[in-house]
Amino acid sequence: MNLDFSQIAPSLPFILKGIIVTLQFTLLSAVFGFTLGTLLSLIKISNLKPLRWFAEFYTSIFRGTPLILQLALVYFATPQVIGYRISPIEAGVITFALNSAAYSSETIRAGIMAVDKGQREAAMSLGVPYKLMMLDIILPQAFKNILPALVNESIALLKDSALVSTIGVLDLMRRAQVVAGQTFLYFEPLIVVGVIYYVMVMGLTQAAQVLERRMRRSD
Amino acid sequence: MIRIEHLVKSFGDLEVLKDISTDVATGEVVAIIGPSGSGKSTMLRCINLLEVPTAGQILIDGIEITSPKCDILKVRQNVGMVFQHFNLFPHKTVLDNLTYAPMKVRGLSKADAGKIAIDLLAKVGLSEKADQYPSRLSGGQKQRVAIARALAMQPDIMLFDEPTSALDPEMVKEVLDVIKGLADTGITMCIVTHEMGFAREVADRVLFLDGGYLVEDAPPDIFFSTPKSDRAQQFLEKVL
Ligand SMILES: Nc1ncnc2c1ncn2[C@@H]1O[C@H](COP(=O)(O)OP(=O)(O)O)[C@@H](O)[C@H]1O
Ligand SMILES: [Mg+2]
Repeated sequence: MNLDFSQIAPSLPFILKGIIVTLQFTLLSAVFGFTLGTLLSLIKISNLKPLRWFAEFYTSIFRGTPLILQLALVYFATPQVIGYRISPIEAGVITFALNSAAYSSETIRAGIMAVDKGQREAAMSLGVPYKLMMLDIILPQAFKNILPALVNESIALLKDSALVSTIGVLDLMRRAQVVAGQTFLYFEPLIVVGVIYYVMVMGLTQAAQVLERRMRRSD
Repeated sequence: MIRIEHLVKSFGDLEVLKDISTDVATGEVVAIIGPSGSGKSTMLRCINLLEVPTAGQILIDGIEITSPKCDILKVRQNVGMVFQHFNLFPHKTVLDNLTYAPMKVRGLSKADAGKIAIDLLAKVGLSEKADQYPSRLSGGQKQRVAIARALAMQPDIMLFDEPTSALDPEMVKEVLDVIKGLADTGITMCIVTHEMGFAREVADRVLFLDGGYLVEDAPPDIFFSTPKSDRAQQFLEKVL
């Protein structure tokens, strides 16, 4: 088997631009997803019965169906419902954020429950209102506990983001396919983006370790 | 003044406090003692509404805190609590532990809260630890910071729930000394403790709980020398 990377060299800048697309997409999905996931987790530990029921139902739906189906539904089916077409990247971010919120809400809930109940009592005994207590005392400790899990979730998001190539977002994956179509070489572009994904995942892991060490200062 | 009237607390079917009534005068120091599981912590936690009483009333300076109309957060700002396991905020420095609630709850400026905090740290002998994280402190130091944190809200009442029970023996004294120092400042204190010598020395009055009943309510010299009830006698025989 001959690998001929020189033939795809002219397409390299085109492929590399996909890094920005993929990273932007992942970052937006993670930020919206974790924010929504935090809200969901707060609902799940509250005593607002109907809201809690909704949050559980929401989570089961997004965990119980394939991501690619959710993506297709949001992209292809919403125009029928809301009357206009959303862009592939919008559809992708919405789907991934909604999906990741479902998963991360469980992680964040577990993180909140794992914070020593003495922390809550100390805050309450100082007259700290519930919202502030959650924001300033409980959530920072919860996030610290679950940081590794959230990094894993982000890594999963980064890799799964390749699915948006199916609705036409020009991400890394899609760009590899475009180059393959133009050059009739499949291995080379796929291997190039494979390496890029791998490097990004390793970078994320490293960054997380640095962050974790910095947060450990208080341990 | 704290007035407790016919206080009852149940957890499900388990009645933990049974019709407890007593008064704690302003500036008074009350030691609450009794066997494990007798309801000491629960009683203390009812006073700042960490536990909601099942029946009965608690009044602080004439205000019924058990009334549904009462602002629980306001009550708690005025009632400091010190826990057996310190419960310092591990992600905040010692100074930030002390200034957090005064700033966020009382609305003090950073400068004002910082000044109060630094004074208090000096009082508990920990000025040099202001910028450390709690994990770097010994148990006795943690508990002294916890006391300072509660005092930073400038409460009229302080509740202590076995403040020395989680400490190594050599650190008990430093914490008890801090509490003793407070006894003369006019602050009202309720202290759950197993340190009988300390209770005898510091308390104006001893409350003895057993099985959820307030069995004895007497000055320490009388309680420790001539306890009325059999149960208090048995308890004292075991611990003295
Ligand atoms: N949150 C709770 N839920 C159920 N039972 C509790 C709870 N808190 C305390 N109890 C029970 O109430 C009784 C008194 O507890 P506590 O006030 O902690 O006693 P003490 O502080 O004197 O050791 C114990 O039997 C304990 O198991
Ligand atoms: Mg107790």
